[in-house]
Amino acid sequence: MNNIAMSAHSVSAYLDSVQVLREISLNFPAGQWSSVVGPNGAGKSTLLKVLAGLLPGTGEVRLLGQPLHAASARQRAQSLSWLGQNEHGGDDLSVFDVVMLGRLPHQRWLAAPNALDEQACERALQATQAWQWRNRALGTLSGGERQRVLLARALAGDAQVLLMDEPLSNLDPPHQADWLETVRALTRAGKTVISVLHEIGVALAADHMVILNEGRVAHAGACSDTATHGALAGVFDNRVAIHAVGKHFVTVPN
Amino acid sequence: MKRQALVWALALQIAAGVLLVIGMGVGSTGFESVLQAANDPAAWQIVWDIRLPRTLGAWATGALLGLAGAVAQGLFRNPLADPFLLGSASGASLGVAVALAVFGQVELADASLPNAWPVQIGLAGAGFLGAVAGVLLTLLLAKGVQHTLRLLLAGLIVGVVLGALKDLLALAVPGILQGMQAFTLGSTGFIGWSACALLLAVWVPCLVLAWSLSRVLDALALGEATAQSLGLQLVPMRAALVAVLALATGVAVAQTGLIAFVGLAAPHLVRALVKTTHGNLLVLSSLMGGVLLMAADILARWLIAPQELPVGVMTAILGGSYLLWLMHRRKLNSGML
Repeated sequence: MNNIAMSAHSVSAYLDSVQVLREISLNFPAGQWSSVVGPNGAGKSTLLKVLAGLLPGTGEVRLLGQPLHAASARQRAQSLSWLGQNEHGGDDLSVFDVVMLGRLPHQRWLAAPNALDEQACERALQATQAWQWRNRALGTLSGGERQRVLLARALAGDAQVLLMDEPLSNLDPPHQADWLETVRALTRAGKTVISVLHEIGVALAADHMVILNEGRVAHAGACSDTATHGALAGVFDNRVAIHAVGKHFVTVPN
Repeated sequence: MKRQALVWALALQIAAGVLLVIGMGVGSTGFESVLQAANDPAAWQIVWDIRLPRTLGAWATGALLGLAGAVAQGLFRNPLADPFLLGSASGASLGVAVALAVFGQVELADASLPNAWPVQIGLAGAGFLGAVAGVLLTLLLAKGVQHTLRLLLAGLIVGVVLGALKDLLALAVPGILQGMQAFTLGSTGFIGWSACALLLAVWVPCLVLAWSLSRVLDALALGEATAQSLGLQLVPMRAALVAVLALATGVAVAQTGLIAFVGLAAPHLVRALVKTTHGNLLVLSSLMGGVLLMAADILARWLIAPQELPVGVMTAILGGSYLLWLMHRRKLNSGML
């Protein structure tokens, strides 16, 4: 089980009594980047929330080989970092204070941040090229700048597994490329990244892809696999085509 | 930013000190009583037994309301959240009315009564229970805190309904009418040393407890899911913050009646001065609330001296004007509040 960072076994979930996930079973390989894609309403964000323990579901989720709910909320937060979709608010907090919140799972109650916390925050801000804004209020940043700070907040926790829901929203192409580089650095360091993405071209740069459709797993496999490309085209009613350009893949509308 | 917060904390403390001195001198006999206090027992009594506890009590009440406002705005992630908009103040007011009706009318103004302490604590307890009930009713109606509009509407409805119940009670038990009228207008005139000590004794643990949970408010600012993902036990922490909100509002309302806008305006004024974490915001909002109410109380005593205005009327006029200005400014800046 050591090569599996997270797994879901017969997981179902409901939103306002509507079933959104239906008996999902999945393995997410450790030390790899997995992208989760699918049409609107496929259940991508719901799956990520259930994996993070933020939404109750039936079935079992395992984190690093252990049942997710066997660990305390604090222990879980030390191993699992979460970046939500369009996190609003916190405008009056400084960038550094926001990133320091990512260290909460490692800090004792009422204890002041120690040198390790400060270093982790600086590393995270440097990695997302946001260090220069550390003293600015979050509310004074643009959407893309804010997203980089929130990514730094997720990185500062130094968790083994990172879950990110639409992390590229508001990022321009150069910073999307920087995000890709950050993710690759994380997987090189042995971390596992699971991200929900709408940008299929970027999602195909991952190691592993999960394709959801109507709350079920339509396909799970390597991004370079032609079967994955076929399944991807299938869930979008063959209205996208995937072409190889060198080592990369691009999607074009049919 | 931490240094800036410290500078403002000091400035607010100095302002409170200056206002305390002014407050001791405002009254029909003016500063003369202060100057003669050492030699004249009557002047001593005016300054020591009436003006000083009243002015200090106004500060403590404002500090409690400012703290309650900052907690409410952080807890409900809503800049319009205020003890009065969440049903806690009207709940507290009803609680006090029920206590007065059940236990009989008491001379609130007479702090020298032999049973002043039990009366103060009893009224504060009734106010606290009423405030808790008001907030819980609002949260129940709003089905949680996620929907801002629903929360504010629920708070408004609860406020109106509990206010009507209080009026109905006053009609049914005419003996409490006079006391309740002073309560509705809001006044610091009832504050003696026992009330002042109670207000301060409640302010300290409320501030400490709220401050110890300030990182929860910081995390909640980024959203419920984010706060939960950081390993925080949100249910008991939120309950503790609602308890602080209810205790601070309940005790303040029990001693001074309904004093509007201090809880809303104090955190807004602090945010306009310094962008900071909730740890600093809670302390600064509390200090700001103290200064605001002290200043309003002195104005209420001085404007039409020797008569005086109810301080609740003064804060409603000043706070309402400030809120209108804030709405106008935000409308100019962003097109919405």
